[in-house]
Amino acid sequence: MTKSALEGIRVIDFGHVWAGPYCTATLADMGAEVIRVESKRHIDIHRRQGPYLNDKPGFNRSAVWNAQNRGKFGCTLNLAKPDGVELAKRLVAISDVAVENFAPRVMKKLGLDYPALREVKEDIILVSLPGFGSTGPAKDYISYGQSLLAASGIAATTGYPDGPPMSLGESYPDLVAALSAAFAILAALHHRTETGQGQHIDISQLEASMCLLPEALMEFSMNDTPRPRMGNEDDIMAPHGCYRCKGDDKWVAIAVATDEEWQAFRHAIGNPDWAKGERFADGFGRWSNQHDLDRLVEDWTKERTPYEVMEVLQKAGVAAGPSFNIEELVNDPHIKKREVFVEVEHPEMGKQIIYSPTWRLSGTPGRIQRRAPLLGEHNHYVFGELLGISDKEIARLEQEEVIY
Amino acid sequence: MEKEALSGIRVLEYAQLVAGPYCAKMFADLGAEVIKIEQPGVGDQARHLEPFLNEIPHPERSGLFLYLNTNKKGITLNLETVTGVNLFKELIEISDIFIETPPPRQLEELGLGYNVLKEVNPKLVMVSISPFGQTGPYKDYRTSDLVSFHMSGFGYLNPRGATDANRPPLKAGGRLADFFAALNAAGAALCALHARRLTGLGQHVDISRQECIIPMLRRPLTAYFYRDRQISSRLTRSWRIAPNDLMPCKDGYVFVSAVEEGQWQRFVELMGNPDWAKDPRFQNRISRTENWEVLEPLITAWLMKHTKEEISRTAQANRVPISPVNTAGDLFKSRHLNTRGFFVEIDHPEAGKLKYPGAPYRLSQTPWRLKRRAPLLGEYNEEVYCDLLGHSKRELVKMREAGVI
Repeated sequence: MTKSALEGIRVIDFGHVWAGPYCTATLADMGAEVIRVESKRHIDIHRRQGPYLNDKPGFNRSAVWNAQNRGKFGCTLNLAKPDGVELAKRLVAISDVAVENFAPRVMKKLGLDYPALREVKEDIILVSLPGFGSTGPAKDYISYGQSLLAASGIAATTGYPDGPPMSLGESYPDLVAALSAAFAILAALHHRTETGQGQHIDISQLEASMCLLPEALMEFSMNDTPRPRMGNEDDIMAPHGCYRCKGDDKWVAIAVATDEEWQAFRHAIGNPDWAKGERFADGFGRWSNQHDLDRLVEDWTKERTPYEVMEVLQKAGVAAGPSFNIEELVNDPHIKKREVFVEVEHPEMGKQIIYSPTWRLSGTPGRIQRRAPLLGEHNHYVFGELLGISDKEIARLEQEEVIY
Repeated sequence: MEKEALSGIRVLEYAQLVAGPYCAKMFADLGAEVIKIEQPGVGDQARHLEPFLNEIPHPERSGLFLYLNTNKKGITLNLETVTGVNLFKELIEISDIFIETPPPRQLEELGLGYNVLKEVNPKLVMVSISPFGQTGPYKDYRTSDLVSFHMSGFGYLNPRGATDANRPPLKAGGRLADFFAALNAAGAALCALHARRLTGLGQHVDISRQECIIPMLRRPLTAYFYRDRQISSRLTRSWRIAPNDLMPCKDGYVFVSAVEEGQWQRFVELMGNPDWAKDPRFQNRISRTENWEVLEPLITAWLMKHTKEEISRTAQANRVPISPVNTAGDLFKSRHLNTRGFFVEIDHPEAGKLKYPGAPYRLSQTPWRLKRRAPLLGEYNEEVYCDLLGHSKRELVKMREAGVI
């Protein structure tokens, strides 16, 4: 049996919604034992949101929650009760990593901040993922994904060249923070192996997202000027954009990077007269005349489907591909060959189709280790087997709404 | 010298632009030794991309390059020469991680695929970031950030709340697909290094730019599988509950979110309890959503009288989730970010003192650190080829003259 890369690592996931949970799901895919700590007192919003299987609501029937929390064990623990906090500490004491993405004051108020956790496990690695960071004037700002897209500068750089800032169909600052956290956790684990030291990793989702916008930030840092919104255009590449194709709302993305690619491109599209001659012969000419060029390119693409365009241009060595909608993506032959979507059997979802791990390692491959847990499903494993609490005691704690 | 989180790890980078370099930067900024290979003479393509200092193109003054290559030791090497390949193998022998992002098949064609390199160093973790992965019908396809972004399915969803079907789906600002690939590659590489403790061996890490964006599509994916093959697009409005949108204000834009009843009440108070708020059409979230066309200009009128800073500060103080749409300038001037010391200054012989975005994370024991500015082209040739690999300075001169380095 192939080993898993993170065998033997245990992670306690106090997170909610996406940032913490996506981070720990990534680690779970690589073999870490991840225990998701939830509570009936405050059920994760994703469990309370559809889509549900067959449109029938239920905490165990949320498609989004079950995709994001695959690979994990699940227990319930009421952190509003002192006994609940004690049990949380006992769980941390047997773990390597703890992850949380509450608002900054919450863990401290609960008595579960880094100094408190160090007392139960000196080398614990605690990861906090607040939206705006744990310190600073805006630390208590409410941060949804869309508000972070706005605050981090992403919306200001997104939009058509002649228009206002625009937001994105899905927000990603929490995902950036989650991936940054996963890296930081592994770095901290490396350090711990070398020195025995744990540490506190604090990630501001806002700052983690800003790290992905150096063009705009350095433009201002160097030159005090804003970087304009560019839509699908590029600093210098042309043709570079999204072009209409045959069919209803069908588009193809094309990016011609060099003069060689331009030669290949114009031959691939049948050497039309407009493409010969000096006007578009070099990169500067193409960029300067890109709007005319775009119209001419679109005259060609709109007679073809996105796949047809991709095939012709990729064969010529030019970057091109459809702006896939979700149906096309899921059914695309490359996506299928790569097994990007896999089927996972779940007691309340039936066969669920979930994205597979993005980290592909040749020797210790990632995989979905188990399906997502039902609410409180592993209470007996976690409290009984791992912490050695008797069935009778667990029953009492359930009655007192500690294991709840 | 204080130990850093990744002290003792050596990373070799053969990459240009964003994906490979940002991945390697993540290692460098936490203390790994990162040796970056650049083409002699021309160097990394990013050196020739804007923004340039004072808008004057110069290979040592590209903001993008300067940011992406902090803490690295830059060397030049021409892998099209036999001597170059041998030098490369010497570097592979002593490296823990090798990050590469040339066009697919390029390294294999040079005789430097994973099968060869793992014989040179069985403990090597080789990380290949490619457009579509090492396998599958598109494995040799070309891409750019734009194409990866659209082929991942994300493009089709943007911009949020689009109303004009004649305008194409939109890429996010910046080079998002490249950065996402880098983030995934870095974690996966470190994971493989961790596995090496268990197995004693390295391995090949396969990261596809297209795949790295896909987990982001959680709602469109679930809507497709569980809402009768529903296809989401930039024009879909089924998720809409108002107000939950970008809106203009006096000096720019804000993101207004006041969807829950309590939030809406507090927002109305913030706006001074205007009479129009008593209109029966605005009494619950459903009717506010249905009547958004009427409601929107009323809110906008109030917003246009106030700055984004004022609106978001007072709103947040009253637990109304409004955020400014920050420009780069706003971010540099942000009291919040400056109090936290997010921006770091570093000096550079050609670019001078500049402020850079700083740490994406804070580690309490082994902090992120900007020790070294980005390298000048070939700056570390002597240190790496002579001090580290043991070649003589004379050899270095000859290799330069022969176009090997």
